[in-house]
Amino acid sequence: MFGLVPVSTAAGCFSSLPALLAFSVAPLAHLRPLDIAVIAIYFGMVIWIGFYLRGRTNTSEEFFMAGREMTAWIAGLSFVSANLGSLELMGWAGSAYQYGILATHWYWVGAIPAMLFLGLVMMPFYYVSKTHSVPGYLFLRYGEHARVLAAVSFALEMILMSGVNMFAMAVVMKVVLGWSYTFSILVSAFAVTLYVALGGLRSAIFNEVLQFVLIWGGALLVPILGLIQAGGPDGLKRQIIANLHSDSYFHLWRDMGSFSANPMGVHWTGIVFGLGFAISFGYWTTDFLVVQRVLAAHNLRAARMAPIIGSFFKMAVPFIVILPGLLGLVLLQNPDGSRMQLIPQDTWKACVPMSSDCAQQLKQTSLSPAVQQDVLKQKQGPQTDLHSYNEVLPLMMVRYLGPGLLGLGITALIAGFMSGMAGNVSAFSTVWTYDLYKPLIYKKGTDSHYVLVGRVSIVAGVIVSILAGALVQRAHGIMDYVQALFSIFIAPLLATILLGMFWKRASRIAGFLGLLFGVVFSASLFEWVHVYPAKLAYVALSPDAKPMAENVFRALWACLFTAIVIFVVSMFTKPRPAAELEGLVYGVTPLPKEEPVPFYKNEWTWAGLVVVIFAALNILFW
Amino acid sequence: MHGSGIPIWFFIGVLLVVYGAMIFGYGVYEWHTGIYPPLVQLTSLHTPVWWGGLLTLLGVFYVLKFRPVRAAK
Repeated sequence: MFGLVPVSTAAGCFSSLPALLAFSVAPLAHLRPLDIAVIAIYFGMVIWIGFYLRGRTNTSEEFFMAGREMTAWIAGLSFVSANLGSLELMGWAGSAYQYGILATHWYWVGAIPAMLFLGLVMMPFYYVSKTHSVPGYLFLRYGEHARVLAAVSFALEMILMSGVNMFAMAVVMKVVLGWSYTFSILVSAFAVTLYVALGGLRSAIFNEVLQFVLIWGGALLVPILGLIQAGGPDGLKRQIIANLHSDSYFHLWRDMGSFSANPMGVHWTGIVFGLGFAISFGYWTTDFLVVQRVLAAHNLRAARMAPIIGSFFKMAVPFIVILPGLLGLVLLQNPDGSRMQLIPQDTWKACVPMSSDCAQQLKQTSLSPAVQQDVLKQKQGPQTDLHSYNEVLPLMMVRYLGPGLLGLGITALIAGFMSGMAGNVSAFSTVWTYDLYKPLIYKKGTDSHYVLVGRVSIVAGVIVSILAGALVQRAHGIMDYVQALFSIFIAPLLATILLGMFWKRASRIAGFLGLLFGVVFSASLFEWVHVYPAKLAYVALSPDAKPMAENVFRALWACLFTAIVIFVVSMFTKPRPAAELEGLVYGVTPLPKEEPVPFYKNEWTWAGLVVVIFAALNILFW
Repeated sequence: MHGSGIPIWFFIGVLLVVYGAMIFGYGVYEWHTGIYPPLVQLTSLHTPVWWGGLLTLLGVFYVLKFRPVRAAK
């Protein structure tokens, strides 16, 4: 999913596809037989797991909800892994190269508070209502219209995201390995279809946990070896300051006092309220793709512990994502030993292959005038081999990983893409079957009928994903809208669910209208800035704001607008009787008593520890 | 995973053992022959040997702890 991917990453990968197909780019890495064997074993393992799990997914509860028998650890790792796709890894490593540790905000303040809130506060309502999906909760709370609106939007988003993920993987494999584009699409689509259609959500979760282990096994060496070569954290800091003459790369909050003081062009209010609340809470607590993993837990305590376990790992992810980006700033070298300077994705697209925009784009980079001239004359030289920010992670892998280890790193990237697709199609299948097919098309089916519908929808979903992805890549400019789908929808959904869960006065029609008008408002803001970029100054409240600020402030305004609509409409419409809201709303829901456990098994203890570590990290890198 | 069947941790253990052994084996070959891949940095640290060894040990631990016979009990 692209909601938490840097603005340029997915669009950049994707829109460069036609150019790449017509232009031969020298691959970054050459795989040896040992690397090929590592990748082949991974594919064999995931397909085998799919066949193994087929015999254990006979009922709809088993197929769509993994039998609700996942332990807290598995649900927690799957929960965090669903947001650890390859686009996220490469995109945020590239952002770290560009902005320094400011990119870490998307892993810490942009995730941890929301994960704790989901586990400690919201999970009991999702779990007690026994809903199969987030649109399912909307149905119970606000009625059919709200459910259909949410389900149709979500299903469309999942199909498009799956297609874009597949095509993005093909582009990355082409750039990194030189693999045929068709080969990458067919192999990944075949493997994902097979293992998800056979094993359902259980198979998707298994592979997400597998992917999580592979990512750490394949990527952890890069920061370790990089730090050794850079002379430790002090050496890294010293070299960055010497090369870039700025220490703002190491500060999370110090330069957030104004839009112009930091390279992201974001104010701390945008980070705290826009990212830390509207986007983060929207994604981690209402996006069904991630919430589905927690709903599969075997009891309420496991469901509450899962996001808390996930938050520990989430806090550690910058070590394998952000640190390689920072190390790339000082360690990557051209063949002649000079420091390699990566360029923005837009510049790379304009110059590889050469287009008329290249000269203009190059002027905005820090490449020396002599190198710019060499690039424009297409002169072969040690510094004319251009790479974009998004390539920093693969470049660092190639730098340190020899045969076998490189295969493991590449397998981790492939696994990230494939589990992203699997997450998309399994969530699509659940929402399609439970929230669209069953209530609107065929209500009287047997349990096995709905399992069959689920399996067929996975196959159909993958096929439609490929077609949708192909359509998007041919229609120039659509990718901007696809990327925005998530951010347009998620903030209004957050306000709708929070008010529904914590304010019993919110009426049915208010929930539906709030969601509908919130989405329209959010989409209008997006289109306004898209058509008139200068209007960003109004959305983000500053002429110094940069595109990253637009996302966070748009989400904040959309969330507030939706809340206001729900509040106003509720005050003029009849509330639902309290008896109907039992199990759905705070204050009228008796929460289930949980068996007392020792303090070290209590979710509040671990959540407290997360808060302490979270605060310490923010102070340490202030 | 909760319930019956082969736990996911067992699959992970098997994969780590296989990958660890392959990488460790290559690392030993590399060290023994002194032929290192060109352009790869810090080969003097013999990363494949210790990283492959670590993966193998971790994998063995998971295979033994979560082997199906034990999990069924």
